[in-house]
Amino acid sequence: MPSLKDVKMKIIGVGKTKQITKAMNMVASAKLRSSQARIERFRPYAEKYREVIGDLAEKADISAHPLLEKRADKKNCGIVLITSDRGLCGGFNANIILKALQILTEKRNEGKNVAFFCVGRKGRDAVRHLGMEPARSIADRMGSIDFNLAIDVAQDVAARYADGQLDEVYLVYGEFQSMAQQPPRVLTLLPIQPPEADEEKTGPDSEYIYEPGEAALLDDLLPRYANVQVFRALLETSASEHAARMQAMDNATRNCDELIKSLTLLYNKTRQASITNELIDIVGGAEALNG
Amino acid sequence: MATFQLQVVTPDKTVVNEEVETAICPGLMGEFGVMPNHAPMIAALKIGKLVYRIDGKDRILFISGGFVDIRKNKCAILAESAETAEQIDQDRAEAARKRAQERLEKQNGDIDQARAQIALQKAMMRLHIANLRVN
Repeated sequence: MPSLKDVKMKIIGVGKTKQITKAMNMVASAKLRSSQARIERFRPYAEKYREVIGDLAEKADISAHPLLEKRADKKNCGIVLITSDRGLCGGFNANIILKALQILTEKRNEGKNVAFFCVGRKGRDAVRHLGMEPARSIADRMGSIDFNLAIDVAQDVAARYADGQLDEVYLVYGEFQSMAQQPPRVLTLLPIQPPEADEEKTGPDSEYIYEPGEAALLDDLLPRYANVQVFRALLETSASEHAARMQAMDNATRNCDELIKSLTLLYNKTRQASITNELIDIVGGAEALNG
Repeated sequence: MATFQLQVVTPDKTVVNEEVETAICPGLMGEFGVMPNHAPMIAALKIGKLVYRIDGKDRILFISGGFVDIRKNKCAILAESAETAEQIDQDRAEAARKRAQERLEKQNGDIDQARAQIALQKAMMRLHIANLRVN
């Protein structure tokens, strides 16, 4: 039987843990709200890009552009792995990393070289754990994402793609589907897959003036489209991270409640047992005197 | 006066979403004006100033390149950043200008040169627009 004091200490300890997990839950929910708002604010920009690129790709000769061309002989594969910097968010990072490792095994079995580009400390650590060194790693930036970070990553990868160091690039990140679901998502970043053009654009409005010409516009816009996609992945991963952490911390708080409940039961049992023991002693002593 | 809808969108927010009378855009091939019922058009923009008119009053915006999509009497400008003259941080732009100039003088690597060149252009344009407000 544990001593009364031990149980009391344990209850206090679990209570403190509960305070922390509860606070983390609230912090994560506040951060989630601002992340979600950022996704909302970014949406008009991303959608307009999709629209225009889809439109242009349909009209211009798309196979001509190096960023669109599908290379027949793909030997070098790049994986842009976006994870969070911190843990304590359930299986969120593990799921993303697992997905990336799946691609890694797949590509290696096909005899290709794979290079990692990591944003977020967790992904970097996982890649290092494999005994590989990421070609580029950016840590401690998930808390302060801005468009320049996306430009930095996307243009680095695009430059390597252009000079033949990479033949295809995948983006692996956590998609924000809902508060409860943040599945890992794989997206082909390069060669760029032009989005489908909208159906409704027939009639007089489909006759566009392009300045400069279609090809020159594509040259200008396609690299920017890669930035847009990377930025979206960054924003979604950040929102997913906070949602996953909220959930993990909610579970932890609930577990603490349960633990406190069962420990309180144990405490009361122990207390009762010691009272009973004392009573037995007293009664026994009295009996002995009477006898 | 006839108007059309002007939207200026950046990755972080929608900066302008208003009915305007005219807009002058810094096109890659030169500045061009947009009036109501402009023909559908997609044009690349360079670093420069966007001037648009509401109720006969001109307003100026700094635009860091991007493109414009005009259709159905709607003009949408997508830029990586856009600031009004009041929002421009002059000290920061001045510092950026100095930094870019120093880097250009040092001459190391083509990519760095190109980047510094762009940074310099942006800083000069920001300062130029900020000064327009003062005068």
